[in-house]
Amino acid sequence: MAYDKFTTLQDTAVPLPAENVDTDQIIPARFLKATEREGFGDNLFRDWRYDTEGNPKKDFVLNDDTYSGKILVAGKNFGSGSSREHAVWAIYDYGFRCVVSSFFADIFKNNCLNIGVLPVTVSPEFIDKLFEAIEADPKVEIKVDLPSQTITLVSTAESESFEINEYKKQNMQNGFDDIDYLLNISDEIEAFEKTR
Amino acid sequence: MEKTTLFDKVWDSHVVRSVPSGPDVFFIDKHFIHEVTSPVAFLNLEKRGIGVKYPERTIATPDHNVPTIDQDQTIKDKLSRMQVEKLRNNCDKYGIELHDLGSAHHGIVHVIGPELGVTQPGMTIVCGDSHTSTHGAFGAIAFGIGTSEVEMVLATQCIMQSKPKKMRISVEGKLSKGVTSKDIILYIISKISAAGATGYFVEYAGSAIRSLSMEARMTICNMSIEMGARGGLIAPDQTTFDYLKGKQYAPKGADWESAVAKWQELKTDEGAEFDKEYHFDAEDIEPMITYGTNPGMGIKVKDRIPTTDGMEGSNKKSYLKSLEYMGFNPGEPVLGKKVDFVFVGSCTNGRIEDIRSVAQFVKGKKKADNITAWIVPGSREVEKLAHEEGLVQILEDAGFKLRQPGCSACLAMNDDKIPAGKYAVSTSNRNFEGRQGPGARTMLASPLTVAAVAVTGEITDPREVF
Ligand code: SF4
Repeated sequence: MAYDKFTTLQDTAVPLPAENVDTDQIIPARFLKATEREGFGDNLFRDWRYDTEGNPKKDFVLNDDTYSGKILVAGKNFGSGSSREHAVWAIYDYGFRCVVSSFFADIFKNNCLNIGVLPVTVSPEFIDKLFEAIEADPKVEIKVDLPSQTITLVSTAESESFEINEYKKQNMQNGFDDIDYLLNISDEIEAFEKTR
Repeated sequence: MEKTTLFDKVWDSHVVRSVPSGPDVFFIDKHFIHEVTSPVAFLNLEKRGIGVKYPERTIATPDHNVPTIDQDQTIKDKLSRMQVEKLRNNCDKYGIELHDLGSAHHGIVHVIGPELGVTQPGMTIVCGDSHTSTHGAFGAIAFGIGTSEVEMVLATQCIMQSKPKKMRISVEGKLSKGVTSKDIILYIISKISAAGATGYFVEYAGSAIRSLSMEARMTICNMSIEMGARGGLIAPDQTTFDYLKGKQYAPKGADWESAVAKWQELKTDEGAEFDKEYHFDAEDIEPMITYGTNPGMGIKVKDRIPTTDGMEGSNKKSYLKSLEYMGFNPGEPVLGKKVDFVFVGSCTNGRIEDIRSVAQFVKGKKKADNITAWIVPGSREVEKLAHEEGLVQILEDAGFKLRQPGCSACLAMNDDKIPAGKYAVSTSNRNFEGRQGPGARTMLASPLTVAAVAVTGEITDPREVF
């Protein structure tokens, strides 16, 4: 499905410095039983967010009003583990549009791009800077500019550029998805299939 | 002529076109689907008003959320039942081959693909499940995809993929007694870390790998994703051909001969370059076990949990958080720790060879009283063989029971959940927090080590119980 267009986003951010956050943490398997795409945000980080009785755990960042925003700033090796796209649906459904980390797992990053959540990879130094800035002032804003491929800490104007391939960038900016592209070249694919 | 790797050969021959400064349009030979990651893909096809382009290239089975007892009865859990029914309806509607609960070839998708001979050398294979890498053992490029991509494959038989970098991991030498392919892969991941191969596709090579059976090779390729790799593959050889010969979907007669001739070409040329290479010595590998909450946190069973020396900042914090979850302290040994559950199964180690090795080990011994054991065959075929070979009897005499096929406690989507705080030693592939149930503490090991634990009731080196 075509999705929201993404050009620039300036907002506050939610920090999650833990490393190796895997997709089982983002959305535990027992919440994968839906046959539609809606409602996964309620179970985002379920077991970190709620105790076994379903009460919010005070010390988890999503339960702390101090932090909010459409940008999730995450620790190294974010999204490792299963290929469940539900993890990105949960992130999207909760309200995030961009995830920043110094290192993403492959399939997770692909899944993000496929549904219109922008994964931004920055240097370890820059991510530390972001964590420090958010800790010092939870209302600090981050600006993510896709056309110029830069991410900026608005308060200090410190900035870094990030990579994204031109095709995916165009897709994100225009809200196109890969199926649109593939359906457009179906003759070519049919010809190829015949040779297999 | 340019020297290319096995991976290049298979990849390049499946590129329909390359998008300038973008990904390749990548053709998929075989597509596996299951009940959890496919319903939304079908729903989206409907919304777009399009159908399944090549239904004969997709094969389905319900495995992730199915119960492992009473499979002949209606699934009790409503949501699971709905997912399985959706899968049935979708397969019916679009003409997709379904290996349903109770049928002769029902099982975990990565176990039945090879068993049926659907998985073949040189193919491209995808599935909405990260352990699709299992099929790489046949010299196929196989990897997990997200639901949007499942939709792409159903609609067009292609996905858009940038070609990953290439890594070769060679293991040379002879494995010692009591050391299995699970130990090889846990050892490799502990050396290069849970993210060490992110961005790469791995080829496993070397004499120790060549000496392995197909089942054992599948275990290794299966866990490629646990070091971040998109997948892993092994060049096909006589072992591969012998395994495939006569399988239901394997080529027959003259087709077989020409297929084998073609498959024999599928290898890395002498002198071809990789972006990264690792070399390991088989003699250094011993029975392994994980002590933390990612598969890179593994040690030799007889070793101590690493201390925090040399760690700092968020790295140290994550490490200590992980140990806290497990209830372990830095620097302590794992040997002798009490265990509550053992799980033998999953697409990593739920094949007949695994059940055989457990049965052989426990033969004439008894299960420890403190252990609850779940032994779950990867497929109906495995279950059938276990009966025919008398393994079920041996297991029962030792106090174990064989359940019915499915993913089971590997991801705890069904009722097979390890209770909070309890310790499970498992043959599956992930020890993430809560993977086997909220609060469950998982330690990954080989079927042999798990069998030893089941008998002693505590963390045990299998070589000490022979
Ligand atoms: S057995 Fe586990 S890893 Fe394998 S497909 Fe099932 S859930 Fe995934």
